[in-house]
Amino acid sequence: MDDLDRRAAQALADIEGAASLDALDALRVGLLGKSGIVTAALKSLGALAPDERKARGAEVNRVKERLADALATRKAALEQAELDRRLASETIDVSLPGRDGERGGIHPITRALERIASIFARLGYQRADGPEIEDDWHNFEALNFPPHHPARAMHDTFYFGDGRLLRTHTSPVQVRSMQGRQPPIRVIAPGKVYRSDSDQTHSPMFHQIEGLLVDETSSFADLKGTLAEFVRAFFERDFEMRFRPSYFPFTEPSAEVDIRWETEDGQSRWLEVLGCGMVHPNVLANCGIDPERYTGFAFGLGVERFAMLRYGVSDLRAFFENDLRFLKQFA
Amino acid sequence: MKFSENWLRELVEIRADRAQLAHALTMAGLEVEELTALGEGLDGVVVAEIVAAEKHPEADRLQVCRVDAGQGEPLQIVCGAPNARVGIKVPLATVGATLPGGITIKTAKLRGVASSGMLCSAKELGVDTDASGLMELPADAPVGQPLAAYLGLPDASFELKLTPNRPDCLGLVGLAHDVAALFGSHVKVPQQSVAAVTGAARRGIRLEAGKDAPRYLGRVIEGIDATARTPLWMAERLRRAGLRPISAVVDVTNYVMLELGQPMHAFDNDALGGDVVVRHARAGETLKLLDGSEATLDPSFVVIADEAKALAVAGVMGGFDSRVTDATANVFLESAHFAPAAIMGKARKLGLHTDASHRFERGVDPALPQRALERATELLLSIVGGRAGPVLVAERAGDLPQPASVPLRRNRLRRVLGIVVDDAEVARIFTALGMQVTATADGWSVTAPSSRFDIEREEDLIEEVARIHGYDRIPTHTPAGALALTPEPEARLGELAVREQLAARGYFEAVNLSFVSTELLACWGFDHDLVPLANPLSADLAVMRPSLLPGLIEALRHNRSRQQERVRLFELARVFAAGDPPVETPSLAIAACGSARAEQWGEPGRPFDFFDLKGELDALIAWGGEPHRWSIHADGLPGWLHPGRGARVARDGVTVGFLGALHPALARSLDLGSDVHVLELALEPLLARRLPRAGAVARFPAVRRDIAMDLPEAVGWSQIEQVVRATLGGLLREVRLFDRYSGKGVEAGRKSLAMGLILQDASRTLTDDDADRCVRDAVTALEQACKARLRG
Repeated sequence: MDDLDRRAAQALADIEGAASLDALDALRVGLLGKSGIVTAALKSLGALAPDERKARGAEVNRVKERLADALATRKAALEQAELDRRLASETIDVSLPGRDGERGGIHPITRALERIASIFARLGYQRADGPEIEDDWHNFEALNFPPHHPARAMHDTFYFGDGRLLRTHTSPVQVRSMQGRQPPIRVIAPGKVYRSDSDQTHSPMFHQIEGLLVDETSSFADLKGTLAEFVRAFFERDFEMRFRPSYFPFTEPSAEVDIRWETEDGQSRWLEVLGCGMVHPNVLANCGIDPERYTGFAFGLGVERFAMLRYGVSDLRAFFENDLRFLKQFA
Repeated sequence: MKFSENWLRELVEIRADRAQLAHALTMAGLEVEELTALGEGLDGVVVAEIVAAEKHPEADRLQVCRVDAGQGEPLQIVCGAPNARVGIKVPLATVGATLPGGITIKTAKLRGVASSGMLCSAKELGVDTDASGLMELPADAPVGQPLAAYLGLPDASFELKLTPNRPDCLGLVGLAHDVAALFGSHVKVPQQSVAAVTGAARRGIRLEAGKDAPRYLGRVIEGIDATARTPLWMAERLRRAGLRPISAVVDVTNYVMLELGQPMHAFDNDALGGDVVVRHARAGETLKLLDGSEATLDPSFVVIADEAKALAVAGVMGGFDSRVTDATANVFLESAHFAPAAIMGKARKLGLHTDASHRFERGVDPALPQRALERATELLLSIVGGRAGPVLVAERAGDLPQPASVPLRRNRLRRVLGIVVDDAEVARIFTALGMQVTATADGWSVTAPSSRFDIEREEDLIEEVARIHGYDRIPTHTPAGALALTPEPEARLGELAVREQLAARGYFEAVNLSFVSTELLACWGFDHDLVPLANPLSADLAVMRPSLLPGLIEALRHNRSRQQERVRLFELARVFAAGDPPVETPSLAIAACGSARAEQWGEPGRPFDFFDLKGELDALIAWGGEPHRWSIHADGLPGWLHPGRGARVARDGVTVGFLGALHPALARSLDLGSDVHVLELALEPLLARRLPRAGAVARFPAVRRDIAMDLPEAVGWSQIEQVVRATLGGLLREVRLFDRYSGKGVEAGRKSLAMGLILQDASRTLTDDDADRCVRDAVTALEQACKARLRG
């Protein structure tokens, strides 16, 4: 074993034992660098005879390759260890809470109202609105409520003393939607309405959605079909449903719609959810639409009622208390 | 309308059980609102008589009674009812009976005295709500008879929620006609007999109220015994209809009203002077009513008067002074027709609602007065006796409603309902409802009975066909029709988008009532252009809100007082201002308090401040895509804002709202801290949005130069920004404030601002020289305009 072999063997052991990338690099310089043993061995080749030089040269190159391989292997190992160390040191507790992840929420009444309006929007109903402070003509007279008629008393009204009043229903928007327009008309009018009534099941302000369709062919059968589809779409399920004759001055025939609602104790009962009917010819005429040529239907529903049923709210008053512990349930 | 089921079944054949009857009524538009079974579980309850009573030796409130229940030896029963006394007949629950309340009667010892049964109140038996004492039965009640049989039980009370168009069903006979049509059966109302005229007393009647009172019938009955007892069967029917028996004469008029639907009134004939005059009230005329109240009338009221004074408000209520009392010997019975329009709203005007006004304002069959008068006479004579005088009639025939024939076209019927109803079925329905129907070329011509006030036009008939044929027999159908798409405005955000953005940023939507109290508004300083209600529910709900904030802050307070320290609320609703018409402005309000961020392990907490709120405004404005149209001003603030920490918001120079910290004085008066911040903006400007128009993206790189300036505190950032912008013009892409400092190292009254100038030219790459020149220009401009000094 000549000197190169011996020194190479020692170098391989040193490489294997190098503890850091810096130490390894120092070894690399000492072995393969300008004044390293391999370079020295290659330099010494010039003094040899040509045939001996060839054999010796091949031998030195083998040693060089072996050392380079060993250096590369050790470097990779050290780098891996370094990375492992870094990764270990960078490890965080991913179960800690994130930052700014909270969100607020839309009020359940808005949520139900928008859901209802968007269902009708898919059927081509356009959104409409009117003032909350109405005049008697739009709220009552145009809707075929004669002055002093008992039907007005059903609408305990807030007045302003100048003939104006807070609309008692969204039906005046029907009138405003029809005035100055000709059918076909499909509108949906959500909004706040007011009645002078306040107890556990009545709020002096609540929300209604009025729907109106007027064209040349609409019938009571269309009304039934529309509302049956709507109820199914809103609740995402089928209900036993009934249309029961009722009375509204602005529709005839008129109906109230009940659905068969199952309570949590497994009982079921009829629940009134909608009022509706064929638009009264007087109303069409009041709005400048020929009742001989056109027929229409209208319906109205209480948004709070739908929100209560949909989201399991048992107390109407909770909607207007704005308690965050309640509101957060709808986030 | 409340009535006894047994009574109705006596008037019409109903081939259906109670539940089926209730369902059929509801589905015919006569909604059964309440159905109460009466007198079930009365096995073992019998009529008994208290034959002896003495005080319980051990208890002051108890009596030991001996009770004859028809079982031979009287029973000993301990009773605590205050009205227990010898001689009365009462219900006895015998040993073994189980009462409706679930109590089973056993032999027991009460304070040492044996008791074999229980004497009962009406409530304990489930036949009435009266629990004040024992249910006293008439003296002729047969001892030992099962109580149920004696009272005509079991029965049920039906309560109908009648719509205002069906006054014909406010009497059982009218209701019976509808029921007959529903079940295809016949009414069993006996033909009315005419009471024999045995007296001669008369009284003149003068109609002086025109078309308001076109028919008035009266009759004097002399020599009655007003103290006679109302027969049990009548009292029971009244009670099951929700009326408390009062006296025989009043009970008879009430009974006839329930049976036929005709409200009647009985006057003490001796309190009347001269003719009965039906006339309009005089302005300011007063009258003490039956209920003891004093009515002040005006000429829109019709009164029944004698020669001297008003006696009763027509169609509403009788007068106190002419009422029938136990001492009344002669009565004057009234049975009249008043026009609905004359009675509508009158009771309400007096703060009343009576059975009579309820019927008259909806419409009472003008054919009824005669029939009702005969029926009442017949009943009165049999109960209180007396001699009936002749029927006195005053009439203005021309002012009575005339039956009109209404046409119904077959095509229209099909078109409105969406189904074909057989001709025969249509004719059957009208006939069954008591209408006269004749066929015409294109349908039918129909005349309604005088009891129906709701059959005036074709649609009224269509509704009747649909109602009796059955709404559930009309199929469901999806409307066909052209679905024309209308242009969808893109340059406007929906309100929902604003709500969703705020919700995504941690805010909860609140919904407050639209009315607030004057006091709360005064506290905020809202005192002009208010829109007060004329008839508010309470002082707390008296004024339409001129701002969403007072209500929203109340909601914030509500939460604060419930351990919610960090509150984020918003509301979208209209605010109201006086005007003609009043101005309704859809608005957005935000209220926030507590720490800026939710408590977090890795971030230091700090209180929510003005700039957190302004960030929300910036985010809302950014959505519209035109931030340059918006500006913020420190002047012109409302009194409810902190004068140094509030701002006015303008769009295109027009004020659209405010934001900032609540004024400390207001916060204190509302018991709030200094961390409450609010914003209120008109909603419309926020919803306006630019329709994007694409431009070229800059091809040359931007250069950034940072400068630090030392300036007087009073110089606002917007002023600095403006100076830099004006100086650098088109080369300045953006000026970004990245540090603000005052304190040590900066002269008092001055601050240090560090800003980055981002420079870019659309046509070439800027050189270092270009950038340096820009910096020099900006610094010079700031030095001149803002007393700025460049910091080293």
